Amino acid sequence: MYETWPAPLIEGGTSEEMALVFKATGGNRLLVLPPLFEEANRLRRQLREVMRLLSLRGIASALPDLPGCNESIAPLGKQTLSGWRTAAVAAAGHFGATHVLAVRTGAAIAPAELPGWLYAPQAPARALTSLARAQSLSEAETGGGRQPAEIIAEAREYGGHVAGWTLSGEIIRELEQSTDVQTGYLVVVDHEEIGGSPLWLRAEIGEDADQAQALADLLARELAR
Amino acid sequence: MAETATAEPTGPSRSAIDATLRAILSDVLALDAERVEGFDGDTGLFGHLPELDSMAVATLLTEMEDRLHIIIEDDDVDGEMLETYGGLLAFAEAKTIEG
Repeated sequence: MYETWPAPLIEGGTSEEMALVFKATGGNRLLVLPPLFEEANRLRRQLREVMRLLSLRGIASALPDLPGCNESIAPLGKQTLSGWRTAAVAAAGHFGATHVLAVRTGAAIAPAELPGWLYAPQAPARALTSLARAQSLSEAETGGGRQPAEIIAEAREYGGHVAGWTLSGEIIRELEQSTDVQTGYLVVVDHEEIGGSPLWLRAEIGEDADQAQALADLLARELAR
Repeated sequence: MAETATAEPTGPSRSAIDATLRAILSDVLALDAERVEGFDGDTGLFGHLPELDSMAVATLLTEMEDRLHIIIEDDDVDGEMLETYGGLLAFAEAKTIEG
């Protein structure tokens, strides 16, 4: 279920990271890339359920922790989008992925070499906007506080804590510049195809069996073609 | 029937904005549609609903931009606009007209 894998670090070397792995007998192996930041937490349980359903249909999958994410002990404040892209490519190689499923802002780090799907992709710049707004609102609650634009401007220069996430200046700049979703050869799966209330919007972590089934069905159908 | 934000005479676009806003709140708060349907102009939001913390409000604002095709400026966001459903709806309507 849980394995470790050697994730490349931007400063050189590797860090041993965890990966959630579902084995299966078929030849298809899916690399699952969750959204960045807040939405990763909101969707983790749901993605695990999708992976479990896929394994029942003979489709193996791996959801690797990238450096600084989830259980990783590498400092988040040292990570960059480009570093995560490199790590995602390495994970694809390590787990022998034949396809990728990138969810929401995970689209920004999907390996270009793999075929697969972008589920409800979101440009990383939008996620940064949400984080800066949350930080601004939380500062306003304690009186005064900065506007979202000021928070981003300061973090861009010096790095900083944005809504509980410690981010480097470099990743702030990368996120800001990622205003579009690059689909490449990947197939976009709109949430309308899955239906139900999008779990990444929920304030509380949720699960939805119907949505998990719908996404697993869709992927299994496409892989069988 | 209690007076609600939708009980006033509305044009189609006004009711469309109202429906979209309720759908977003239902998604963000994980409330069923009936419960959100019961929100009136005075229903308290930010500071009144425990689920609606700063991250949830930020999610709400960004989703409003995406679904209503509006741009919310930093200066637009204040306590008044976020305090009640009526305040948020009036803001969304004004922004849609502006946009």
